[in-house]
Amino acid sequence: MSAIPHPESRSKALWFTASIIAFFLIWELVCRLFAVPPFILPPPSAAFLAMWTERELLFGKHLWVTTSEVILGLTASIICGVAVALAMSVSRPIERLFYPYVVISQTIPYMALSPIFIYWFGYSLTGKIAITILFIFFPIVVNTFDGLRAADSEMINLLRTMGATRRQIFLKAQIPAALPSFFSGLKVAATYSVSGAIIGEWLGASAGLGYFARRASGYFRADTMFATILLLVFMGVALFMLTSWLERRFTYQRSTKP
Amino acid sequence: MSKLVFSQVDFSYGEQRILQDFHLTIRQGEFVSIIGPSGVGKSTLFQLASGLLEPTGGTISLDGDAVKPRLGRVGYMPQKDLLMPWRTVAENAALPLEIQGVPKKAALARVREELPRFGLAAYADATIDKLSGGMRQRVSLLRAILTGADLLLLDEPFSALDGITRMEMQEWLLDLWQKLGKTVILITHDLDEAALLADRVLVLQRMPIQQPVEIPVPFPHPRSAALRYEPSFTVIREQMWKLLKEREQGTAVLYGVSDQQPAGWKAGGTA
Ligand SMILES: Nc1ncnc2c1ncn2[C@@H]1O[C@H](COP(=O)(O)OP(=O)(O)O)[C@@H](O)[C@H]1O
Ligand SMILES: [Mg+2]
Repeated sequence: MSAIPHPESRSKALWFTASIIAFFLIWELVCRLFAVPPFILPPPSAAFLAMWTERELLFGKHLWVTTSEVILGLTASIICGVAVALAMSVSRPIERLFYPYVVISQTIPYMALSPIFIYWFGYSLTGKIAITILFIFFPIVVNTFDGLRAADSEMINLLRTMGATRRQIFLKAQIPAALPSFFSGLKVAATYSVSGAIIGEWLGASAGLGYFARRASGYFRADTMFATILLLVFMGVALFMLTSWLERRFTYQRSTKP
Repeated sequence: MSKLVFSQVDFSYGEQRILQDFHLTIRQGEFVSIIGPSGVGKSTLFQLASGLLEPTGGTISLDGDAVKPRLGRVGYMPQKDLLMPWRTVAENAALPLEIQGVPKKAALARVREELPRFGLAAYADATIDKLSGGMRQRVSLLRAILTGADLLLLDEPFSALDGITRMEMQEWLLDLWQKLGKTVILITHDLDEAALLADRVLVLQRMPIQQPVEIPVPFPHPRSAALRYEPSFTVIREQMWKLLKEREQGTAVLYGVSDQQPAGWKAGGTA
C-alpha cells in the first residue's frame, strides 16, 4: 500500500469533516434561534467551553480512567474471545458446551446486576472491565468462530493433498480466512466497549467519564455533561478508526485500482 | 512401469455406490482422459487417487505401493481453482513448496523461474482478482506442478473457459506435458478435448462405475489443435459419443417402463 491516501478516501474524509461542521453549526443555530434553555440543550460552543474549563478533571483524570477500562476490557475480551472461538472450532463438544452460554451472556440485564457487581468488585477497575467483557465478548467470539468455520473445506482438502499437517492447514487456510470476519466483530466490539465501560461506571464508580457525566447531570450542568459525551463519542470513533486501520493492515483488500 | 493402479476397488458414499469392482492402470508418462456425464463419480475417482478418500474395498497403489499414504504424493488440480484471495499469484503457486518446508524466499524464487512458461511473468505480485479465467487456471496448474509430484490429476481444468481460450490452453498443456514428462489424468466433459490431448480415453457411462470403456487415440505427438478436423479423429469422437449416448438410451428405457406404471405405483411400490 502506498503512503499517499487514495483519492476516494480523501474525498470521504472531506465529506465527513464537512458534515461534522454542518452538524455543529445547525445545533448552534437551533439553540440560539429558538433560545433553548442551556440546561435542556446547551449549544456546542458551551459544551466545548465546558470541556476547556473542566480540562484538568476531564483529561487529567476521567478520560484516563475510562480509556484504561476500555483498553483493558477490549484486550481481555479479544484474548478470551479468540481462545473460546478457537476451542469451539477445534472441538465439537466444546462448541456444544460453550455456544449456548455465549448467547445467554447477551441476554443478561446488566443494570439489574448492579448491586451484585458492586458487591463482587466494589468500585474497582475490575468491575468495569468485567462489564465491558460481558458487552463485547459475544461479537468477538461469534465472528471469530464463524470466520474459522468459513474456511472452504475444498481448500482444506487441497492442502491435504499437498501433505499439509493440521497445523499448516490452520495457519495457511483457516486463520487467513477468519481474519475478515474477526475484524468485523472487533469493529463492533470496539464501539460497544465504550458503552460497556460507561455502564460499568454507572453501576458503581468514583471516577471515569460515565461517572463524571452522571454527576454533571445531577448538578444540572448540561454543558459539562455534553462535553463529556462529546469526548466519549470521539473515543468511540477513534477506536473504530484504529480497528479499521488494523483491518486494512492485516487482511487482504480487493484492490480498487484498475 | 505402472504409476497408478486401482484393483477391485469399491467405493460408496453411504448407500450410494460410486465404484464397483473397478480396475484401472495408468502407466508412467501417459496422458489419459476421463470422460463421463456429470455426477457419475469422476471427481470422486480423483479424491480416491489423491488419498483424500480411501476405498471401501480393493486397493489403490501409487508407484507400486498400496500401503504408503498417497496424500502429499500427487499433484491435484481441483475443479474450482481454489486460489487464496489473500495471496498474490506467486504466493499462491508457492503454497505446495511452503507445505514441504521450503523457506518462503526460496519457494518464491522457484516460482518466479516457472512463471514465464505459464505466461504469468508480469503477474507475479498481482492479486488474484486481477486475473482472467485462463490465468487463474494456469496458476492453479502451476501450483499442482510445483508439488513436484509425478502424477498430475486435472479435474475439468478448462471447463469454465471460453472456446478460444480453451483451445489455446489445450495446445499449451499438450506442449507442457511433452516437456515435463509427467503422468497426466484429465477429467473433461468435452469430447474433442478428451481425444485431442490423451493417448487413451476412458468413458465412464453410468453409476456405479464398473469397467470403463477404453478408446485408444493413436495419433503421434506432437499434436496440434487442427487434428480435430481429421476424418480419423472424427471417427474416435463418434465412438465416444455413441458410448455416452448408449447410457442415455439405457436410462430412457428405464423411464419408459416406470411411465407405464399405474398411478400410485411409486407410493405403493417403493415402500
Ligand atoms: N462428499 C459426498 N458425500 C456424498 N455424496 C457425494 C459426495 N461427493 C459427491 N457425492 C455424490 O457422488 C456422485 C459423484 O460425484 P462426483 O464424483 O463429484 O461426480 P462428477 O465429478 O463425475 O460430476 C454424485 O451423485 C454426488 O452427488
Ligand atoms: Mg466433478
